[in-house]
Amino acid sequence: MSELFSNIAFLQQGPFSIPRWEAVFQNIDTLWQGMLVTLLVASLGLALALALGTVLGVMSASHWRVPRAFTRGYVEFFQNTPLLIQVFMLYNALPILYPGLFIPVIAIGILGVGMYHGAYISEVVRAGIQSIGRGQLEAALSQGFTYVGAMRYIIIPQAMRIVLPPLTNQAVSLIKNTSVIAIIAGGDLMYAGDSFAGRFGHYGPTYILVGLGYFLLCFPLAIFARRLEERTRVA
Amino acid sequence: MDVVAANPVIEMLSDPVFYIGLWGGLLLTLQIAAFSIVFSFGFGTIIGAMRYTGLPVISHIAVAYIEVVRNLPTLLLILTSYFVLGLSAAWAATIGLTIYTSAIIAEVIRGGLNSVPTGQWEAARSQGFSFLQSMRYIVLPPAVVKMIPPIVSQFVTVIKDSSFAMAIAAYELMYKGTILAAKYWRPEQIITIYLVISLIYFVINFTISMVSRRLQRNLSIGRGSIGD
Repeated sequence: MSELFSNIAFLQQGPFSIPRWEAVFQNIDTLWQGMLVTLLVASLGLALALALGTVLGVMSASHWRVPRAFTRGYVEFFQNTPLLIQVFMLYNALPILYPGLFIPVIAIGILGVGMYHGAYISEVVRAGIQSIGRGQLEAALSQGFTYVGAMRYIIIPQAMRIVLPPLTNQAVSLIKNTSVIAIIAGGDLMYAGDSFAGRFGHYGPTYILVGLGYFLLCFPLAIFARRLEERTRVA
Repeated sequence: MDVVAANPVIEMLSDPVFYIGLWGGLLLTLQIAAFSIVFSFGFGTIIGAMRYTGLPVISHIAVAYIEVVRNLPTLLLILTSYFVLGLSAAWAATIGLTIYTSAIIAEVIRGGLNSVPTGQWEAARSQGFSFLQSMRYIVLPPAVVKMIPPIVSQFVTVIKDSSFAMAIAAYELMYKGTILAAKYWRPEQIITIYLVISLIYFVINFTISMVSRRLQRNLSIGRGSIGD
């Protein structure tokens, strides 16, 4: 392979030369490990974000002032400060508040993206609930449903259709945002790529493969979101 | 009095270095964000227009750009600008953010143009308006109204994501904070530093969010809702 292109300069030297590609592919396991960590953080983070977002979304759509004010504050704080600071706060503050408690960086990543995207998802859920006519809730309540029961059986199933496309887009952002744990040595795909590239200087090929990894995770979801969007528009 | 003097948080907060450091960081954060927004607006408009034309090769390039970039982490784009393109830290952050934000703004612009029904176009052209005239007087006014709020709220994302620049040691607010945290290493000091930084980001971004929300409300009065 190398002999074949031996007289083409940019394939032999420079940031994208063949020897660099070979070195990266010999260590592809490092990237693969990182990919698994990213998948783990993303899936558990998404589960947390969905749970938080649903609870907060239902709270912010309620007619009681206290839960509404609480969720407003939560959403405004998390949407208007960088995720990186929140992760750093968790990283530094949790061991101080609970001395002796060992928190793996992965757990900080899960908590960080979960709480951050929980705020965004709660706004999506609230918009979904509010898009269902007020009469639906009144009808359900008049039929003897409790507020929670009406939400569970009447409002949320209908809101799901409206909520699903923006929710999928949130999942895409969440996957991309798991990369911030690279900055606190989280062992994810971004970190694995960056530390490998930094050791030998093979930045070009490594970053292309890292980018490919994120793209393969995100692109199918992005396509799925668009399909859903088109379907709801037709219906 | 002794208790107050011995309090490490108060000691830190009465040190001018603390404020000078954060102020310098804030200026660089705002500079990175401002340049990124201006560049992305220019570049994003071009990409968005390319896609809107629907011409074979031109729109395909735009679609490929948008689809690839939107599915990559901003941090990766910033690191690539720094290590592969070899830019200085502040410029790498600016260009990395621009590459990403342009794709988002391109979609906003296309979405705004598409929100004007084709009937409006046909009506304008049939009344003898040229392409540019129909664009200028018929299509753009309602389309721009639709574009402004999402573009303004994208400012918030850019300011927040500029904190990723700490990964390449650009001296913006977040990185300045971590440097201070090395000097003031006591737990309560570290927490105070991050709280202060959060507050600074919050004040800026919350103000922008409020402006965006107000624009959305004000601009839609008596305008928008065409074709509904």
